[in-house]
Amino acid sequence: MAEYETVIGLEVHAQLTTKSKLFCGCSIEFGAPPNTHVCPVCLGLPGSLPVVNAGAVERAMRAALALGCTVREHSVFARKNYFYPDLAKNYQISQYELPLNENGRLVVEVEGTTREVIIQRIHLEEDAAKNIHGAGSGESTLVDYNRAGTALMEIVSGPDLRSSSEAEEYLKRLREILMCLGVNDGNLEEGSFRCDANVSIRPVGQKKLGTRCELKNINSFRFVRKAIDYEVARQITVVSGGGTIRQETRTWNETQGKTLPMRSKEEAMDYRYFPDPDLPALAVTPEAIEAARAALPELPEAKRARYLAELGLTAADASVLTGHPEIARYFEASVAALLARANKLTRDAAGKRVANFVQSEVLRYAKADGLRVELPVTSDHVAELLALVESGEISGKQAKSVLADVMASGKSPAKVVAEQGLSQVSDTAAIEAAAREVLAANAPNVALYKAGKTNVMGFFVGQVMKAMKGAGNPRLVNEVLQKLLSEAP
Amino acid sequence: MRDAAGMAVTELAAAIASGELSAVEVTRATLARIAARDGVTHAYLHVDSEGALQAAAQVDRARAQGEKLGVLAGVPIGIKDCMCTRGLPTTCASKILEGYVPPYDAHVVERVRAAGGVIVGKLNMDEFAMGSSNENSAYGTARNPWDSARTPGGSSGGAAAATAEGLAGATLGSDTGGSVRQPASYCGVTAIKPTYGRVSRYGLIAFASSLDQVGPIARNVRDAARMLGVIAGHDPRDATSVTRPVDDYEAECGKDVRGLRVGVVKGATDRGCDPAVVEAFARTQKQLTALGCELVEVELPHQEHALAVYYIIAPAEASSNLARFDGMRYGLRVNGDDLRDTYARTRGAGFGPEVKRRIMLGTYALSAGYYDAFYLKAQKVRTLIKRDFTQAFSRCDVLITPTAPTAAFKFGEKSGDPMSMYMQDIFTLPPSLAGIPAVSVPCGLSPDGLPIGLQICAPELEEKRLVRIGHAFETAIAWNHRPPRFS
Amino acid sequence: MAAPTITIDVVRHVAKLAALSLSPTEEETMCRELRAILASMAALEALDVSGVPPTFHAVAMHGGLRPDEVRDSFPRAELLAAAPAHEAGGFAVPKVMDGEG
Ligand SMILES: [Mg+2]
Ligand SMILES: [Zn+2]
Repeated sequence: MAEYETVIGLEVHAQLTTKSKLFCGCSIEFGAPPNTHVCPVCLGLPGSLPVVNAGAVERAMRAALALGCTVREHSVFARKNYFYPDLAKNYQISQYELPLNENGRLVVEVEGTTREVIIQRIHLEEDAAKNIHGAGSGESTLVDYNRAGTALMEIVSGPDLRSSSEAEEYLKRLREILMCLGVNDGNLEEGSFRCDANVSIRPVGQKKLGTRCELKNINSFRFVRKAIDYEVARQITVVSGGGTIRQETRTWNETQGKTLPMRSKEEAMDYRYFPDPDLPALAVTPEAIEAARAALPELPEAKRARYLAELGLTAADASVLTGHPEIARYFEASVAALLARANKLTRDAAGKRVANFVQSEVLRYAKADGLRVELPVTSDHVAELLALVESGEISGKQAKSVLADVMASGKSPAKVVAEQGLSQVSDTAAIEAAAREVLAANAPNVALYKAGKTNVMGFFVGQVMKAMKGAGNPRLVNEVLQKLLSEAP
Repeated sequence: MRDAAGMAVTELAAAIASGELSAVEVTRATLARIAARDGVTHAYLHVDSEGALQAAAQVDRARAQGEKLGVLAGVPIGIKDCMCTRGLPTTCASKILEGYVPPYDAHVVERVRAAGGVIVGKLNMDEFAMGSSNENSAYGTARNPWDSARTPGGSSGGAAAATAEGLAGATLGSDTGGSVRQPASYCGVTAIKPTYGRVSRYGLIAFASSLDQVGPIARNVRDAARMLGVIAGHDPRDATSVTRPVDDYEAECGKDVRGLRVGVVKGATDRGCDPAVVEAFARTQKQLTALGCELVEVELPHQEHALAVYYIIAPAEASSNLARFDGMRYGLRVNGDDLRDTYARTRGAGFGPEVKRRIMLGTYALSAGYYDAFYLKAQKVRTLIKRDFTQAFSRCDVLITPTAPTAAFKFGEKSGDPMSMYMQDIFTLPPSLAGIPAVSVPCGLSPDGLPIGLQICAPELEEKRLVRIGHAFETAIAWNHRPPRFS
Repeated sequence: MAAPTITIDVVRHVAKLAALSLSPTEEETMCRELRAILASMAALEALDVSGVPPTFHAVAMHGGLRPDEVRDSFPRAELLAAAPAHEAGGFAVPKVMDGEG
């Protein structure tokens, strides 16, 4: 049996974070009652006209520049004509022949191999309305035009991806970048970041692309992998069985775990694209392009590299912390605050401490809503808490319970520690007294230790800590025990 | 008391402002005249007596309180039924919009209201502004006040007829390929098609977006100039709206035209013009010379392609613009077996034959494999047509042609053959394609006693020139003919 | 342009794209009239336009942009009132099949 190579190209529809729609002033707020964010323009009433939202152009341009695209100084809006109830005018205003942005790239890495993905184009277009099935009585479908006209950018990749893991990685990296730029909120559940995949296979070594199927309705990263894997297997079965792939649109059915052909049309679509006569060419000045370029923030990729080099984080830690712009900002603020409090710490050490604590403790309680993230405590409190650990005032273990109290009361970590008398006992005399008692009560273990079984040390430390109700400074407890045990007899 | 319904817009506004007439009595006189005459003329599809009287009473109140009045205060205005009027039916003379009431006013309607104009009602037209005779109205044709067996022209036939017969002080029509100029010519009144973009299209129900412009129809040039001044100007809701400040058009009335270079298009009347039109056009040239204008011959070599270019571009845009009339959100719905069937039946039942013909033609011209050959090519030839005008205007200040090749024809005369109907627009299409402004002013009567129109074109945004020469010409020929039924 | 032949099949195909139901008589008439109209455009075919840019907008202009500001939407009741059918705040349309469009 021949070996096949998978070829994938992705079309991402990313909703822009404008306040108003692409061609009218209606709000794009999610979840409003049906048809309450609607006006003559987005409902396609007779006589209404579109006017382009400057905020949408600026955001699409920012994304394009971050992805290395060329921004066209004159781009053209075109009408894509087809009849469907979610399309108020029965045409969609999109960009066709001369899109705003072209020729960018995004490099993704999966299991050590890097893949350069060409971004063929990034264009602006309006979103469709929402058809609500089964809500109406009888046979009706109900249409809600609140979403109609929302500004989207469509990001089209070349057929450059070779596996479902690469596709997933590409989507994750792309989403991160768009969120970092503040142009998309990355909210998959609300459909702010949607993806169609063009999937084909070809015998290994063949240059010519195979016939592709377009997979629609993939609204989570998990589905992307499953849908592509299913589709590749299906195509291989068809082709190895001597069949041919029909170019068609298929949809991912999560319940059945299959891609299914969408109701096939009797004839091919003919969208009759032509430049929208209501909209003169969109002009962007070179100055505007340069201003947008200059204002680009540090991108996740660069951030990761910096976290590795400057803060000594592992790649995995850096990846988590740069995955959301607010978390990255929070992380960096916490590190800076910790360095200010504990000036003996190196940047490296501070970075690691904060990275560990934020990942293992703080992020558990984080609630993300698109670009907004609700974190349980401030970055100052994180720094304060870690500084208390650093100075030996509390133990790492105590830090967790202090965090819980800070979250519950909103009080500062220092205040919680003071109020609850949690300060570690660093008084050597007190520790020594407790240690002597423990050693006296556990003579057989002391004998074992002296015979060379030094791992019973852990047991002694535990017992001392228990006796001191957890308030002993672990480092001192260790030192004192070691000293006592080395004493004769 | 003077007969308010026959007075010019500027006279009416002055009489109301001075208190000689009240806005309410002017409105009553107009409504009475509509009641008496419109049974035959059928210029109106909808008369809003109540709204008009309220608006008039508001003007009278404002005057009584010493408020500053707008330039149209108390003047009865009719609006072609393709412009949205809040709370008033707007149907485009189509079954598919029967009973449709828009939730907003078109920009031009807002402007008329803001200037104190009293909106009397909505005017008959060819369905979706497609036609040159008004025979394509789904609600019965408007008739020519000069001869009710004849067409008032189209598509703004109702607007021109109402203006000619005094059923409004002035009206607003829309012009895509000649739709205010040709009916004005047939009804013996004046109409201006402004530069593309000079008047906002917001709220004008689109026929062909790259050509549509709202234009005034009035009984004299000064009135038309005042109306243009009211509706012209930038509107941020229309991305094709021009930002340049508006000129004082009315101030051009009475200015000298001596030395003005008037371009006469070579062989203009060779193509299928009636002898009466040829003769009137020749006479016009003498009259302009007598006014001190300098006549120069100019050429528009690509003019002959205007018809083909227009009948590709306009239907193509229309096929897309009219896609929204599908029975889902507003207007007529004819239920079918399923969604697709409902679309097709709704549109099949809602649109008349000419609209269907143009939707088919336009869909075909944009369809896969034909876009380059038809739509794109037509847009390139449009460039050549536009360049012809640029060239011509290097040698002249304005340019003249007849407005239409004939005077008003009889109903049914051309309705069997789309091409012969389309030929009515041969003079008005080229300026539309080039986006330049043009006016039609009456230039005499045919031996049958029917009005004939003169078209004057100017370069982009030079509407001032049209007013200046139009007013001088109208004054020189002492045009004061009114349809037989006028008084 | 390649001399287009308008046949009944072409008419039906175009009518389908345009979502327009035509009676058999209308199809015949349309076929005849479209042929005549397109034939009258034959002179365009001969015209050389190489190097001529298209004029999509008659007057040279740059579209003004709109600031990203939220404006009041329209009252739902008024918009729905114009609809042939509505229910629960939605525009009611014939059942939409998944994957149509
Ligand atoms: Mg798209
Ligand atoms: Zn809206």
